Amino acid sequence: MSEKEMVNVYILGKKYSVPSSLTIMDAMEYAGYQLTRGCGCRSGFCGACATIYRIKGEKELKVSLACQSKVEDEMYLTQLPFFPGDKQRYDVDELEPTAETIGKFYPEIYSCIGCNSCTNGCPQDLNVMQYIGYSQRGDLEKCAHESFDCLMCGICASRCPAGITHYQVGLLARRLTGKYIAPPSMHLANRVEEIKEGKFDTELEELMNMTTEQLKEAYNSRNIEK
Amino acid sequence: MYTAQMRELIKKVEKTRPERLGVDFPRMTPEEREAVLSEYHPDYSDKGFRNIKVGVNKEAKLPKELADLIEAKSRLEKEKIDLNQIDYDVDVLIIGGGGSGAAAALEAKNNGAEVLIATKLRFGDANTMMAEGGIQAADKEDDSPARHYIDVIGGGHYGNKPELVHALVNDAPGIIHWLESLGVMFDKTEDGTMVTTHGGGTSRKRMHAAADYSGAEIMRTLRDEVHNKGVEVTEFSPAVELLLDSDGKAAGAVLYNLETEEYCVVRAKTVILATGGAGRLHYQGFPTSNHHGATADGLVMGYRAGAELIFADTIQYHPTGVAFPLQIFGALVTEKVRSLGATPINIDGEQFVFPLETRDVEAAAIIRECYGRHKGIKTSTGSLGVWLDTPLIELIHGKGTIEKRLPAMYRQYKRFGIDMGTEPILVYPTLHYQNGGLLINEHGQTKVENLYVVGEAAGGIHGRNRLMGNSLLDILVFGRRAGIHASQKTKDITVKELSLEHVDFYHKSLSENAVQTDRVSPMLLPHYTHGREA
Repeated sequence: MSEKEMVNVYILGKKYSVPSSLTIMDAMEYAGYQLTRGCGCRSGFCGACATIYRIKGEKELKVSLACQSKVEDEMYLTQLPFFPGDKQRYDVDELEPTAETIGKFYPEIYSCIGCNSCTNGCPQDLNVMQYIGYSQRGDLEKCAHESFDCLMCGICASRCPAGITHYQVGLLARRLTGKYIAPPSMHLANRVEEIKEGKFDTELEELMNMTTEQLKEAYNSRNIEK
Repeated sequence: MYTAQMRELIKKVEKTRPERLGVDFPRMTPEEREAVLSEYHPDYSDKGFRNIKVGVNKEAKLPKELADLIEAKSRLEKEKIDLNQIDYDVDVLIIGGGGSGAAAALEAKNNGAEVLIATKLRFGDANTMMAEGGIQAADKEDDSPARHYIDVIGGGHYGNKPELVHALVNDAPGIIHWLESLGVMFDKTEDGTMVTTHGGGTSRKRMHAAADYSGAEIMRTLRDEVHNKGVEVTEFSPAVELLLDSDGKAAGAVLYNLETEEYCVVRAKTVILATGGAGRLHYQGFPTSNHHGATADGLVMGYRAGAELIFADTIQYHPTGVAFPLQIFGALVTEKVRSLGATPINIDGEQFVFPLETRDVEAAAIIRECYGRHKGIKTSTGSLGVWLDTPLIELIHGKGTIEKRLPAMYRQYKRFGIDMGTEPILVYPTLHYQNGGLLINEHGQTKVENLYVVGEAAGGIHGRNRLMGNSLLDILVFGRRAGIHASQKTKDITVKELSLEHVDFYHKSLSENAVQTDRVSPMLLPHYTHGREA
């Protein structure tokens, strides 16, 4: 495999030569790490592998998910596997979907100085400062949708001079939206009631007692919605 | 970014697209389904399996990689663990911090039990977090739990345990309702009607989703709720062995702190195994869509303690894993992409299969197209794949649909310079799910007293093949049921002396059955080097 194109990366300051085709996560394993911290789903959903890096000669710090980004030559990198952000405890059944609720648990949202570091630091390219703005104004639904793709990796909070834990604000806004603002599903509530009343019990009982042959017949002749 | 050669091939897909738009490809007959499965599905090939020589299921056929872990020694063989030094003394121990563990914890806590969740990585590092497409529940007018039942049992090839299927389908609407009450943001229309789609093998559109972050939305909500309720969670602390008491009943576990490398002892009145799947064992050399910790730990520990395996030889290869680019090889392309209208296409630009056959049939058909009919597309990694014609989605539902309803997929490809709204993507089956596991009853109980199993580690619910959207469902149905039952039961339990005798017994049984090995299990973590030795 000598024809592999190699690049130099600096993991926590230590230099390794790795194939240029690898993701940052794979490059760490190539370098000899067996990962526990900084590695979760390996598919861009869990936020465990938030990575902060700088390319030699440049000033700007960049962020990415280690499992979703290729290594680059002369990359200095570190991970943020955990961030000690503030998570408030609450009983979601007792809350109201208002700005006051968010402000009560996370009053620091009003200390935002508008520096936009959170947005610049988001590996999902979310407009983080914007959703904090929505939460300040009590527009929880907009906050919920703007923050929906958040992986809770914590980079935003790590950069915030006001000490905001953005991802927790987004989560609270989403739960309030899902529970109180989104219209309840009536057909769902009706079905739950019907099940409680035992409406389907007889039919299910019959199915449970069917032979395999009878079930095959039922399956192969079932009507399928277009 | 596609190579010039791939771009040439894409032209063939584009050429046939107008003819294919709006035309339904026929579903397979039962006979055609059987034929493609027996010839091309990896489960039906003998080479990936062997029979095990020890334990409750002695002589049973298992994937070789799992058999190696079953026929292995305990990590504690040479350790001196003082079982009188109890580090955690709780009512209910939950091993695993995914969706099923979280659901069990909430119910057990609600029942007044003292609960501990011990998890190998972070709380929420689990396949639940990565479930994209959705969750099934028969809650629409023209649907019913009975229709759901028939879909589940037919899709599972009639081997499913009837009482488990009954619990699954009848609890389903209640589960969605519960999630709604916790604040999960399901896709709905303005009047609250759930936006639902088909999955492979469903007879009604009953797939509920939260864009294509369905599992993530559920997991982060449950995790938040577990924290709100003050349940204790210990992370980076996988269980390495179950503890039984002197009566042979489950009574705790030995945990291993991955960071300090110390063991600790948990005593519990009931134990719920919620350790998830096995994708990181890479059966038959397949890539996997699973999270980093999916190494079958629960199957190994539960089996050693005497729990029975069922359908452990049936593995789900998700039809559409990423075949290109290399960096995300094997990652999941949610079935919802096909639910929304994308279809598999071969190198000549021809459709060759109905897009929503059950997963086993769809995967086998893609393997056949590549290796039986030689109509796959060779990627730069040397592997084969077929096109998934994603631009069809935008033609059917309007421009921007992909970004709105499949944001994670869109982002995943965009990061590597591919716009799935205008270009098709390359896919090939990826190791996705263990259909079987440790046999449970409708409360999640195993035959080992006080030992429960929930989530992907449990078996019997899905028979030999699980349908899309029934895993997010089953983890919550049986997680909650086990949480309720296991906490209720603690009220009558007095734990006797803790013991690891079953492990000694298992070691003896290994040597009596001529298994000579220095392998140890559970595996805990995979070990990758990405070709460094080459």
